[in-house]
Amino acid sequence: MSRLRSFGRFWWDFVIGDDWVAAAAVVAAIAATAAVAATRIAAWWVLPVAVLLVLWVSLRRAIAA
Amino acid sequence: MSAAFLVLSAFLASAVEMVEALTIVLAAGLARGWRSSLTGVGAATVVLAAITATLGPALTVIPINALRLVVGGLLLVFGLQWLRKAILRASGFKALHNEDAIFAEQLTGARTAARVERAGVDWYGFTLSFKGVLLEGLEVVFIVLTFGSTQGSIPLAAAGAAVALVLVAGVGIAVRAPLARVPENTMKFTVGIMLTTFGIFWSAEGAGAHWPGSDAALLGVLAFVCASSLLLVRLLQRERRARLTPLGVET
Repeated sequence: MSRLRSFGRFWWDFVIGDDWVAAAAVVAAIAATAAVAATRIAAWWVLPVAVLLVLWVSLRRAIAA
Repeated sequence: MSAAFLVLSAFLASAVEMVEALTIVLAAGLARGWRSSLTGVGAATVVLAAITATLGPALTVIPINALRLVVGGLLLVFGLQWLRKAILRASGFKALHNEDAIFAEQLTGARTAARVERAGVDWYGFTLSFKGVLLEGLEVVFIVLTFGSTQGSIPLAAAGAAVALVLVAGVGIAVRAPLARVPENTMKFTVGIMLTTFGIFWSAEGAGAHWPGSDAALLGVLAFVCASSLLLVRLLQRERRARLTPLGVET
């Protein structure tokens, strides 16, 4: 069990890193892009704007920590 | 244009990871003997080759839009990790990556550890090299496979990584010291920008968005990520200076 946990922990650290909120926000931003793309509105701008916001919040969290 | 980006990104990302792996292998080799260190390198290379051989063909059978969505999302999460650390380093909120200091720390640890022999090799030297090469190599494999499969050319991405391997290993063998003069922090910043750029581009396409100007929009995304990152560095540098300046004292 502890080996399985270590394995999971390794992949979590490898992909998600030390800010899971940023990773969750990226997933939400991709979902928002898909939602906008399903309408007639252009959706290409959603991710760049979202990424800038996520990066800023993530940096603030890192500095505060 | 995308091909040049692909090769350059794979080259830079691989070179950075290989410089870090080289530091660990050198420390293990000098402190515990080259036999155990190089056996660790060989074993890690076999594991990495097995992972690449398994995942590489599997990725090519996934439909391109699903692949771009998943791979783009992963690259974006991964790239933001790199970019966040690079911005914190560039603005002074995090210590710069220093290969000489890391080498000295690894060397001290390796020299003081107890000697245990297993299968004719020093176990500490073997595992230190094995873990170092495997962990840094996994990032290379991840970047090469994701970049290569999404652009439809794993061999091209692998070529970028291979050039980095030859270059770093060649210089490492020649100087037998950590490659502290490599502008690692700048390279990490560049790789963070590239991973984030490709991540935005592909995940948006995978989610159904259409970029104005098609593939040429990649340059626009690159410029946006680059400008935003530099702006964030400037803002944080100013904040750090303000924190360090005593209240009421003008500089």
